[in-house]
Amino acid sequence: MEHPFAITLDVGTSLINHTGSWRTLRPEYVHRLPPCNHACPAGEDIQGWLAFAESGDYEAAWRALTENNPLPAVMGRVCYHPCESACNRAVLDQAVGINSVERFLGDLAIKNGWRFAAPAAVSGKKVLVVGAGPSGLSAAYHLARLGHAVTVQEAGPAPGGMMRFGIPKYRLPRDVLDAEVKSIADLGVVFNYNAKVANIQQAMSDGGFDAAFLAVGAHIAKRAYIPAGEAAKVLDAVAVLRSMEGEEKPLLGRKVVIYGGGNTALDVARTAKRLGAEEAVIVYRRTRDRMPAHDFEVEEAIEEGVMMKWLSTIKNVEAGSITVEKMALDDKGFPQPTGEFEILLADSVVLALGQDVDLSLLQGVPGLDVKDGVVQVGANMMTGVAGIFAGGDMVPSERTVTVAVGHGKKAARHIDAWLRSGAYAPAPKHEIASADKLNTWYYGEAPKTLQPVLELARRTSTFEEVVKGLDEGNALYEARRCLSCGNCFECDNCYGVCPDNAVIKLGPGMGFEFNLDYCKGCGICAQECPCGAIQMVPEAM
Amino acid sequence: MTPPVTTLAADDTVQKLKYYQKGTFTVGNRLVAEEQRTVQASQARSNALTCGHRACQGCGEALGARYAIDAAMRATNNNLIAVNATGCLEVFTTPYPETSWQLPWLHSLFGNAAAVATGVAAAMRVKKRPEVRVIAQGGDGGTTDIGFQCLSGMFERNDDVLYICYDNEGYMNTGVQRSSATPPTARTATTPALGAEPGNVFGTGKSVPKIAVAHNIPYVATATVADLHDLERKVTKAMSIHGARYIQINVPCPLGWGSASHDTIRLAQLAVECGLYPIFEAEHGKVTQVRKIRRQVPVQDYLKGQRRFAHLFKGGHEDPRIARLQAMCDANISEYGLVDTAGKEG
Repeated sequence: MEHPFAITLDVGTSLINHTGSWRTLRPEYVHRLPPCNHACPAGEDIQGWLAFAESGDYEAAWRALTENNPLPAVMGRVCYHPCESACNRAVLDQAVGINSVERFLGDLAIKNGWRFAAPAAVSGKKVLVVGAGPSGLSAAYHLARLGHAVTVQEAGPAPGGMMRFGIPKYRLPRDVLDAEVKSIADLGVVFNYNAKVANIQQAMSDGGFDAAFLAVGAHIAKRAYIPAGEAAKVLDAVAVLRSMEGEEKPLLGRKVVIYGGGNTALDVARTAKRLGAEEAVIVYRRTRDRMPAHDFEVEEAIEEGVMMKWLSTIKNVEAGSITVEKMALDDKGFPQPTGEFEILLADSVVLALGQDVDLSLLQGVPGLDVKDGVVQVGANMMTGVAGIFAGGDMVPSERTVTVAVGHGKKAARHIDAWLRSGAYAPAPKHEIASADKLNTWYYGEAPKTLQPVLELARRTSTFEEVVKGLDEGNALYEARRCLSCGNCFECDNCYGVCPDNAVIKLGPGMGFEFNLDYCKGCGICAQECPCGAIQMVPEAM
Repeated sequence: MTPPVTTLAADDTVQKLKYYQKGTFTVGNRLVAEEQRTVQASQARSNALTCGHRACQGCGEALGARYAIDAAMRATNNNLIAVNATGCLEVFTTPYPETSWQLPWLHSLFGNAAAVATGVAAAMRVKKRPEVRVIAQGGDGGTTDIGFQCLSGMFERNDDVLYICYDNEGYMNTGVQRSSATPPTARTATTPALGAEPGNVFGTGKSVPKIAVAHNIPYVATATVADLHDLERKVTKAMSIHGARYIQINVPCPLGWGSASHDTIRLAQLAVECGLYPIFEAEHGKVTQVRKIRRQVPVQDYLKGQRRFAHLFKGGHEDPRIARLQAMCDANISEYGLVDTAGKEG
């Protein structure tokens, strides 16, 4: 080829120059575990369903959510949302209102009549679930979706367990609970009510069940010995809350004292106010910061006029009054008596001192390990007896609805593996996407949406739901506050910021790829990735 | 509930994106329509400066040039010619016989890019090709020092050229010498970190954006590789205007600044957030818009990641001249109104 004067080579592109050979560090796309998912006792893929919600595909979001938890409308009301406590957005402004979006999705599913997909194949195995509380419902749902025939035996007259007979209506309206139980029943799960199982092994052999999941909860109120006069009215919290579901509402009088510092004590106090008590006083032997009850519930109760008597124990109950002794915390933080006494007027005293498990159905079952009043289970939720699994409040754990739902799911997966003569091995967990892995510059300022709250006057006179839901506009806004910690959300930053044009964009939903022929390993992509989904690893030299 | 605080300059496209909490400042955003995303987010971007160039790892100039020229190519429907002064950008993109440029590109001398571009624009006029637009580009050395006379001439004649200066604050290609854009106290090969007042001295240098504004030309802007949305908007706006236009883009240089290659964008961001590099635009001699500081930081935060300023922190003591650098930031903040006095930010 002829060249002009002083030119000897043809013009070519710099693409022949593979600058990737300069690299000492190589970028890699990674997945990290979002802290919300890590904190969720029910094992929800929160970030996964929020990603659908933020694009406005609420049905896909609900389906992704219910892969792990069949009760989003319930959960969106009663869960203490440890996910939000773990949320990285708190370092920026406030945690994402995950719980309120969950409730929005659950309510929308009920409104639109979305149904769970039927199992792909039927296994031919039968599983007995004892107890229709959160744990039993969750297990029944997951087992049914895995193709097993499930029968739920419930001692009470209706499903829900503590969700119905413990949690007051102003926190969980019963039509919401009924709707979500119905969705599970629609999968073909058989529910038998007023059907207490007296002997588990007998029940299994009678019904021809291949495995059983026990989730009878903890419904027996703990008692404390308190000297009481003959006419004194001493009740227990479990009985009071249960009777709220019956025809006859409990008669508590005008001045009610509740003894205990847990969430149940608050539920009773707030219920008493709604039943017309002039005074509801919680007597607790320690201080507020040591109370096991959740802070927002204490706040709501105080707003409603519930009074608190810290550092006090009840010494004696008479008709119309009680004697309390003042306590002082010792240097180890334990309450010690001071010898100072005080008399309080009280028409009734409700003991909210915790609950025990009714273990009568396990009488005489060999190989079963019961310690501290709860049934011991292995990592696979199986008791000492092959084929009998247990979960929820009757095994050692934190006693919340969400933990119970998580137990049900976990047990269902192990029961399924056990029935198929295998072992369920959960996928290994990724490293946690902690806040220091993020580049929060790229997230816009957006404070949390507050859920509307029922006005105070109606809160102390009716059992109407206190906390209201979000509408579509603010649920969408809330979902879009998610930072997508640890997982690519296709913001195009890596594709944009590469000085060497060495990131290949594969198109919507397909993510990106590094072009290692040209990547020099500068690391800008990893530094500028908002969500910490890129890491730099040393090249082998 | 307090409303979201608007931190960027009031602009429609930015405001619309504001609602999408996750993608307001990112390159792209899967939740908005294609046309609302940046040029750089597009699979169809022209990659005017493509792979295989020989810029250092983490080069801010390579990034700034692709950002600017891709945006200008989209704005002109690819009818674009670039003239390039001698400097890093020319050297690393066109070692004979290779080129990384994917548009018609001419290499001028170190000091005459503005004049050559004027000539190219005149040629297009003679050839009756009004749709073909011309960009001249160079580093700060080729612009603020060596090319300054040609640049000022191009401005005062109001020639139809957009001149883009990629400002990395020194002659990096030839071994990091001081330019009239080098900040005070910075160590360069010609302002060593020696003596009683190590590094570049105070009271020297010039602001070419201000000088450009003083020419009363139709459009002047400063920009940064740390704010792609702002940069693309300015280039696009510049291409919609005829006459002399000037954009100066702050482009960190890992080699000359002694910074980590992955910190290029972070440092560009800190330069803006401390107030040392004000981002504004001006039309016909008047400043019309400024980019507000979003999360204000002390100047130390910016200085610390760079070895050219390491002597300011030697032995664990802060050089008292840091206060003078902070005073420069404060002067910029007050001159351009970079921080809302309502006190929402900062």
